[in-house]
Amino acid sequence: MLEARQLECIRGERRLFSGLSFRLGRGELLRVAGANGSGKTSLLRIMCGLVAPSAGELLWEGRSIRAEREEYSRNLVFIGHLNALKDDLTALENLQVAAALAGMPADAARMLAALDCFGVAHCAELPAKVLSQGQRRRAALARLALSAAVPLWILDEPFSALDVAAVVELERLLAAHLASGGMVVLTTHQEVQVVAQAVLRVDLDLHAAALLAA
Amino acid sequence: MIRALAWVLRRDLLLAFRRRGDVVNALVFFVIVVSLFPLGVGPEPNQLRGMAPGVLWVAALLACMLSLARLFAPDHQDGTLEQMLLAGEPLVVLVLGKVISHWLVSGLPLVLIAPLLGLQFDLPGNALAVLGVSLLLGTPVLSLIGAVGAALTLGVRGSGVLVALLVLPLFVPVLIFGAGAVGATIAGTGAEAHFLLLGGFLALSMVLAPWACAAALRIAME
Amino acid sequence: MAMSKSRRFSLYYFSSPQSFYPLAGALQPWFAALAALLCAVGLYIGFFVAPTDATQGEVYRIIFIHVAASWMSMFLYLVMGFWSGVGLVLNTRLSSMVATALAPTGALFTFLALWTGSFWGKPTWGTWWAWDARMTSELILLFLYIGFMALQSAIDDQRRADKAGAVLALVGTINIPIIYFSVKWWSTLHQGASVSLTSAPTMAKTMLLGMLIMALGFWMYSIAATLARVRCVILERERHTDWVEAEIGRQTT
Repeated sequence: MLEARQLECIRGERRLFSGLSFRLGRGELLRVAGANGSGKTSLLRIMCGLVAPSAGELLWEGRSIRAEREEYSRNLVFIGHLNALKDDLTALENLQVAAALAGMPADAARMLAALDCFGVAHCAELPAKVLSQGQRRRAALARLALSAAVPLWILDEPFSALDVAAVVELERLLAAHLASGGMVVLTTHQEVQVVAQAVLRVDLDLHAAALLAA
Repeated sequence: MIRALAWVLRRDLLLAFRRRGDVVNALVFFVIVVSLFPLGVGPEPNQLRGMAPGVLWVAALLACMLSLARLFAPDHQDGTLEQMLLAGEPLVVLVLGKVISHWLVSGLPLVLIAPLLGLQFDLPGNALAVLGVSLLLGTPVLSLIGAVGAALTLGVRGSGVLVALLVLPLFVPVLIFGAGAVGATIAGTGAEAHFLLLGGFLALSMVLAPWACAAALRIAME
Repeated sequence: MAMSKSRRFSLYYFSSPQSFYPLAGALQPWFAALAALLCAVGLYIGFFVAPTDATQGEVYRIIFIHVAASWMSMFLYLVMGFWSGVGLVLNTRLSSMVATALAPTGALFTFLALWTGSFWGKPTWGTWWAWDARMTSELILLFLYIGFMALQSAIDDQRRADKAGAVLALVGTINIPIIYFSVKWWSTLHQGASVSLTSAPTMAKTMLLGMLIMALGFWMYSIAATLARVRCVILERERHTDWVEAEIGRQTT
């Protein structure tokens, strides 16, 4: 279970949000909403443990994530705004590296199956730089097909650049993950059509403070 | 952990192999810089022989420094560095993997080519061998310390020159004993002490630098 | 400085920029006065009291400033490393501000050491720059200071700049003994043992006293300058808080 208590984020001169608290349990989806620049990505990065909040704390299974960072990292998969693909590696190789770093088996068959989930298996041997925007996004998302055992999925705009078929596939994966007791946090501009035990919504615009007094 | 290190190593070597041009360019830079010095000071053999250890070592420093731009910046730009911070493996291990691959691609070629360039300066055979060994011990230290500098300046404007400013003063001990080893061999006084010290620097930086580098990477990604 | 009577006095009170600001302002004139006094005494001893040196005549007198400045330059780097390390580990803002404030003073003393060393070198060795161990170490130390300041000014995000500077300063601190040792070795090898006026047995007591007093004077100056500078750093970094707005309002009326 992921719990946030009174999170505050100050970026440069601006306080993006403060006093943010929520609890995310198994099978629940958290949707982070807010206008552009309201701190959605910052919140996600705080939840990954990449950035420390200016105030407040984040707890995983009752323990602060700062205390056991590596342990916490093993329990999450983060797919951010950038695709984390090396241009000069093929889609298959990129996925292999990602899987290996996550401690999962990295054999080619498994990778191909994951790529096939999102319909980019035919791109497996192509270097990422020749793939289209949508194909790269799908190759990046293929990681999720391998991450059923990872409890917490944190996704930043996962639906961007996806076509209808891929959107359907992603929603299917999310639903399956939630049904098996996983947790999903995502930001998106679209309405999410995913069945979950509970769908929490955090609207950052409501938690924003004004520009720090100039 | 070893598996993760092996994968990072493999990934970086594969990337370097696919972008051979970058690697070769750095090597050519080394050769060109070394060739500039005789053009600047004149071809008198005794003078060149005296200058050779210093010239070759300084050129190696500069070539290593140039290659630092390839170490973390590309990963930072495409988001793979972020993923490395989020991998369940200790960041120190992944950093070590990257530094080792950086040395294999940028440092080891210098070790192999430098003795050939030493011939241009009319260095005797034993000095050439000592040159190779001193670079073999010294270039990993350059990669390790350079990695800390590269991590500190990640994404900062003007980082190319800034890295130089930060890292070159820290290279001075390696330069002194590396070039000193060759100089001592030419003078006939033996380079054992130099090798011991270089080995000491290598051991010390292998222990401390990955740790400092990992800390610097976390700071840079905040 | 208001302190609630219910709380026991603790030094930690001053670890917030808001509390430290008035303290620094109150202490600074005292240190400045001490600095002026000690430097005056030191210079007097150096220029008028200490005997003329047998080999070097009157020229040597500049070492009173040169040696004291180089001691200060190394000492300040260690202090800077210490405070930025504290700021990194304990995540305190004020420690990092003090480290940032120390750097320019440290660089100043390094430059002063180089400059006075150059003035000493010209009549003594015939050149403006002799690559002896101390001068070369000071030069590298100057590069380390400049690197620290350059890194901090290049990074826009304040906390990142503090922490990155801290890592750099700590790496530098570990390296300084190594660099000093290496340069010393390099110098003796290439030039043979050089005449050093600063070896203890050969120095007259008054010379040593003069140098120590100068060093103390420089130390007081460093504290005064750092206190003044850290006040500026505090005002700049905390400019969004109410107390700074009130303070600026008070200062400009």
